[in-house]
Amino acid sequence: MNSMNQSITNEVPSEEEAAAGVAESQPTDTVIEEGKTVGKPFADNAKFSLRDVEVFYGESRAIKKISLDIARNQVIAFIGPSGCGKSTFLRCLNRMNDSIDICKVKGSLKLDGQDIYDPKRDVVELRARVGMVFQKPNPFPKSIYDNVAYGPRIHGLANRKADLDEIVENSLRKAGLWEEVKDRLEATATGMSGGQQQRLCIARAIAVNPEVVLMDEPCSALDPIATAKVEELIAELSESYTIVIVTHSMQQAARVSHRTAYFHLGHLVEVNETKKVFTAPEHELTESYITGRFG
Amino acid sequence: MTDQRSQAEIVRQSLKRRYRKERRFRAYGILAIGIALSALVILFTDIIGKGYTGFMKTTITMEVNLDGDMMYLDDPTDSRQLKMADFVEPLIQALIKEIPGATEEDREEVRGLINPYASVTLRDALKANPDWLNTTRTMSFLSHTDVDVYVKHAGDAAYSIKLDDQQKAWVETLLERGAIETSFNDTFFSGGDSRDPSKAGILGAIVGSLLTMFVTLILSFPIGIAAAIYLEEFAPQNKFTDFIEVNINNLAAVPSIIFGLLGLAVFINLFGMPRSVPVVGGLVLTLMTLPTIIISSRAAIKSVPPSIREAAEGVGASKMQVVLHHVLPLAMPGMLTGSIIGMAQALGETAPLLLIGMVAFIVDVPGGFFDSATVLPVQVFLWAGSPELAFIERASAAIMVLLTFLISMNALAIWMRKRLERRW
Repeated sequence: MNSMNQSITNEVPSEEEAAAGVAESQPTDTVIEEGKTVGKPFADNAKFSLRDVEVFYGESRAIKKISLDIARNQVIAFIGPSGCGKSTFLRCLNRMNDSIDICKVKGSLKLDGQDIYDPKRDVVELRARVGMVFQKPNPFPKSIYDNVAYGPRIHGLANRKADLDEIVENSLRKAGLWEEVKDRLEATATGMSGGQQQRLCIARAIAVNPEVVLMDEPCSALDPIATAKVEELIAELSESYTIVIVTHSMQQAARVSHRTAYFHLGHLVEVNETKKVFTAPEHELTESYITGRFG
Repeated sequence: MTDQRSQAEIVRQSLKRRYRKERRFRAYGILAIGIALSALVILFTDIIGKGYTGFMKTTITMEVNLDGDMMYLDDPTDSRQLKMADFVEPLIQALIKEIPGATEEDREEVRGLINPYASVTLRDALKANPDWLNTTRTMSFLSHTDVDVYVKHAGDAAYSIKLDDQQKAWVETLLERGAIETSFNDTFFSGGDSRDPSKAGILGAIVGSLLTMFVTLILSFPIGIAAAIYLEEFAPQNKFTDFIEVNINNLAAVPSIIFGLLGLAVFINLFGMPRSVPVVGGLVLTLMTLPTIIISSRAAIKSVPPSIREAAEGVGASKMQVVLHHVLPLAMPGMLTGSIIGMAQALGETAPLLLIGMVAFIVDVPGGFFDSATVLPVQVFLWAGSPELAFIERASAAIMVLLTFLISMNALAIWMRKRLERRW
């Protein structure tokens, strides 16, 4: 696994190459056929199966007829230039877009065969199953313990204090944070470093034992060392959770994900195994992006 | 090279201009603050200079012979006898004895030195201690207001001294002998209003204010916060909520006297509630305070960072849980500050209360929410409008008490904001 990732990483252009690539012509003349995705967008053991998904912000269409399967216990990375709709698409998966009044979602989005956007569907239950980690670390201004214990408490997952203690410890251990904070669980979470805060947010998300964890650029506010820790964590978590990660760093996508989906202007251009996408992209837009010609 | 130097020169010149501008701007700011502060200093020196004497009372101490025959009283426990008895005579006799050279012929002049309510004080003392009958005791009584004014303001041209020359001479003698002295005015804090300035107190007004504020607080705080939470968190964005918002903002700017008219028309005339009572006052002030509380609470809710909301929603908190567990605790300091400032506004409000009859002359300290009462600012209004100058110093003293309340409420608001503020 590691050696494979290493080999892929070597294929990814360095910063200088990427900077040089900007000068080259942007492939604006490439026509993307709506709803047409190259590669292998469908999987047999689908956790999410998404068909013809469209998202509207008022009049404008942010996501254009995307169909994709997200496989169970796999890490899938969404990459693409800024404003391509990858975050919007991610946030459809646990209906975080609900609070935006002008946002409308069309198409069929199913989690384990059940429609996510069914009006009868309870969004609280959905979010208990599909957890989320945000771009900026956003711990509650409470103690470290209370941050992790909050989810289990509101869902009634632990009746006794001892059970709750166990959940908190396990979650912090899985997030690789236990050794650092076990002596100061009552300290406020906002006093931790950015990387610790982000791992705390991950611990908070997995404390309710979700089936899926959505991560929206989880490392964009972190330094390289903290990023490495979080990436390590993602690799470990992928054994028991389905993880969807949005990232701007192609190296990161290459390092942590099994499959990669490339988004462009609201279209899903290409989906394939990560190795395939980075070594032999099928679509010319994907190739331009990963070789750093634009984005 | 020359090019660069000239550019540096241009920058340096513009820098000078910029710094001058900055200094000028800072001077304006300091000037503005200076004006505000000096206005404040003038206000305070005026009020304190005029009012500090209001916190002092003048008393006459003398040996009173509580002779039963003189008072037509042989059983101080009998309330009928107490009503009929003469408590003025012992005071006059005691004072004649106290003043060298005063005789029976000077009765009326001597009587003019002692407070008309002194006989009531004597009666109450005897009622409380029946065994004092037929003994001689050293007792202190409030002086007549004319004596009070003379002692405090003898050289002040603004005050007219009503004592005649003989009385003045007597007062001087008694002052020298220490029989007349000024001390802290406890009557001012222990009694209700009175027609006699020496006897007038603000306890009635303070209790009236507290009762009114209590009604205002328990109504406006929960209603205001509930309205703010609903409008901010749950209400859909449509024409109707826009309409509500515009109206709330309008209500905040409505002159307070309009709320008084509304209270008169609705609470008193339509619902038949009594006049002059703290409940109606509280209801009217609630209407007046609500917009302030709603607007400041909405601002406090808006200032909660959306990331906290998202975090809570992300772990599956319901709307209610997001609001109760995360938004409310973070918005609370702002809400409390807004509410306290609203309450301070209500505490100082006079106009609407005039219209619902809280301007009446009320001697008794109110005992409940349905007792006739007045409030501190209205008491100030009443006294300040009185022709008797002795009331003016009471008005200034009452203003000081009111300001003390307001300053402590605002200090509490600042302290709470500092205390409860959280960083994220």
